[in-house]
Amino acid sequence: MEWLTLTIDGREVSVLKGSTVLEACRRNDIPIPTLCHDPELTAGGACRLCVVQIEGMRNLPPSCVTQVTQGMKVETQNPKVRNARKTILELLVANHPLDCMTCQKMGNCSLAEFAYEYGVTGEIYQGERRNLPIDESNPFILRDPNKCILCGKCIKACSEIQGKSILDFSYRGFDAQVGPAFNVPYNESDCDFCGSCVSVCPVGALVEKQMVGKGHPWEITKVQTTCPFCGVGCNFDLNVKDGKVIGVTSNPEAPVNGKALCVKGRFGMDMIYSPHRLTTPLIRKDGVLVPAEWDEALDLIASKFGEIKKNYGPDSIAALSSAHCTNEENYLMQKFMRAVIGTNNVDHCART
Amino acid sequence: MTNSINEIPNTKAMFVIGSNATEAHPVIGTKMKQALAKGSKLIVVDPRCTNLAEHSDVWLRLRSGTDIALINGIMNIILANGWEDRAFIEARTEGFEETRKTIEKYPPELVSQITGVPVEQLIEAAKLYATAECAEIFYTLGITEHVCGTDNVKSLANLAMLTGNLGKESSGVNPMRGQNNVQGACDMGALPNVYPGYQQVANPEVQAKFEAAWGVPLSPKNGFTIPDMFAAATSKNLRALYCMGEDPVITDADANHVRKGLQSLDFLVVQEIFLSETAKLADVVLPGASYAEKTGTFSNTERRVQMVNQAIKPIGNARTDGEIICDIATRMGYPFEYQSSAEVMQEIARLTPIFGGITHARLGTQGLQWPVPTIEHPGTKFLHEGKFSRGLGQFVAIDNQLPAELPDKEYPFLLNTGRKLSHYNVFTQHSPSLEIHSPEELAEVNPVDAKRLGLEVNEVVKVTSRRGEVKTKIKITERVPVGMIFMTFHYFDSPTNELTNGAYDKTTKTYEYKVCGVQITKIA
Repeated sequence: MEWLTLTIDGREVSVLKGSTVLEACRRNDIPIPTLCHDPELTAGGACRLCVVQIEGMRNLPPSCVTQVTQGMKVETQNPKVRNARKTILELLVANHPLDCMTCQKMGNCSLAEFAYEYGVTGEIYQGERRNLPIDESNPFILRDPNKCILCGKCIKACSEIQGKSILDFSYRGFDAQVGPAFNVPYNESDCDFCGSCVSVCPVGALVEKQMVGKGHPWEITKVQTTCPFCGVGCNFDLNVKDGKVIGVTSNPEAPVNGKALCVKGRFGMDMIYSPHRLTTPLIRKDGVLVPAEWDEALDLIASKFGEIKKNYGPDSIAALSSAHCTNEENYLMQKFMRAVIGTNNVDHCART
Repeated sequence: MTNSINEIPNTKAMFVIGSNATEAHPVIGTKMKQALAKGSKLIVVDPRCTNLAEHSDVWLRLRSGTDIALINGIMNIILANGWEDRAFIEARTEGFEETRKTIEKYPPELVSQITGVPVEQLIEAAKLYATAECAEIFYTLGITEHVCGTDNVKSLANLAMLTGNLGKESSGVNPMRGQNNVQGACDMGALPNVYPGYQQVANPEVQAKFEAAWGVPLSPKNGFTIPDMFAAATSKNLRALYCMGEDPVITDADANHVRKGLQSLDFLVVQEIFLSETAKLADVVLPGASYAEKTGTFSNTERRVQMVNQAIKPIGNARTDGEIICDIATRMGYPFEYQSSAEVMQEIARLTPIFGGITHARLGTQGLQWPVPTIEHPGTKFLHEGKFSRGLGQFVAIDNQLPAELPDKEYPFLLNTGRKLSHYNVFTQHSPSLEIHSPEELAEVNPVDAKRLGLEVNEVVKVTSRRGEVKTKIKITERVPVGMIFMTFHYFDSPTNELTNGAYDKTTKTYEYKVCGVQITKIA
């Protein structure tokens, strides 16, 4: 491994050979704004917001696609750099809807964050606005192409993470937009609804439909957990507001999956609040299951198990433990059967 | 899995057999596609044209239930071409010579006749797998849900050992476990023959260790497996069943047999989050908590033990499954007094060598892959490096075996079952969004069969087996071969396991969900 030394804003830092200037900055807590960059995706240098000044280079190169060289001198915040970034943001905001107050992305929008930092109001360039139809064709993803800044991250997520390549640019210039082939709605395309595109969108162009109107980022507590829908063991964040799960978002630190999830993990959490959930114990009385108190139900079980064990022996009782429950619960179930009932009659659906 | 999920993108060849990863294990499917983008080769063995088959270098469309012949045939070709890893076989394995004799009985032409796969494709698959610098085998229930499931798995182990594809990065034999915590339920000894960490109940030393820890005498006798339970219930040898988080009426093969067993019980307790078909038969139903409502751990298919963190309070009057079990144990005179699931994990770690170094605090946000024998141990990324658990890797000579029930004149179609992307087992229909997206069964029928039977797209047909009948809508597609119907088991309105066969593997007692004979009848 070869290390290179460079100077960023007068500070000497060392990074591994092959690092980009952006990576060198990020690793040393030097802030650089980006819209089209994501560590899980290949760098595209599309948005140009990460430009820096490098001694000896004629233009302002985008730091995300510029490799560090030995002795390089980088400036990240001088007026020339900041003006260039501000102009880029002005141009992006020129045809971006400014309905931020009702936008689901408010508080988590990269464009708004940088516009705020660079004092961009949208007044300098008064351009034409897009008026494209919103894609509400499916229960999972809401796609508003009017808010799209054409950063291309969703396109890369679809091809590089999910391997589907459903999304791409179409048309040119002002008419350029991102979508499935022939601009069909998502549900008419071959989309898997993994939502990786949503997880990387820096603005409100792609949002989780179930979360719309349910809460702002600053009201939400994120709880990292493990998905209950197959053996891959993806991690994600349950988004909780006022004691209620309102959605799932990717957690980039998830050890197995990073930002990737599938349709079930990302959108199937509404199962928690299904009206079919059991909310009270039931006891069969006169052939019908009727609601009961916990004490009555648990006493009945303890006495029936005790009676059957006494009359027919511990091996006359069995348990099915669960591949859906936690390790701790499975441990408790087998311990209950072995130590309390006195039998090894415990199994679960690994074989079925 | 012997190896880890994030080793997949770096592998050079993938041998995917009986696994529809992009639908059943979607994020592993994406990792496979990432490997393809980096130049890995892909061999898919499946009677159905899965999404991975479409992306493969070679797709072996074998006849259902001929996996052993196919694998033996591929090993025959590898040996004939000298592609085997001699050094690995000599240093790390035993039993090779005897197995070689069996393999020699499977020349490519014969294997082609048995499996229906052209000889050239067998040769191509053997070459791609055996000559890659590292190659991973992936299998799922298409391998295990056969009466010869265990032998299917052993055949794959033979193939990996023959080519030295074990005990190193981006290789191995990698079963993808179905449920979120099926690995953990096994690890925790929710099995009739082992305590936590696969410690045998019949081993007197192990028995003594757990007796000392739990302070009570324990039984040295293996318990009932699931199929045994239903048979024992019917014969009144089993009187009571405590069923937690499972719905055997819907998920076990031959539903009518299962229902009969459950109805013969004196007392049935079901602890569930929904009123399942099994719960409807119960004497007492207890409302459990969902994953969002409790703290604990799941073990994934690569042995990674990860935190499940409570986000909300249990819905209504529901309680966590752990809390309920503790309460019943205490009421029966053996107090289970745990303050938290972290405390339960401390007891697990004390008694389970492979979990010895695991605590909730250590798991944090990244988890740990067992074996984790000590508190300093970093976990185990891949197994069998330098040495197998048993010392030398055991080659086992295995011959081809037929499924228990093949199609015949009366039941001329082969029923194959599996998952689809938008649902998981039998309870995701309770997710309103997934239900809107994918509301009903769409059994797959080949266009040739559809034409012969005069069936239209979306037509509702009756599917009958010797054990039961269901109604289902159909989809007409060349994904299934002529003579096959494919159904999922996700839908309440088309409970496919009314049809499936209760015959099972002699070692694991896993039902043969992948093959049985059915009849398709027009309703109108």
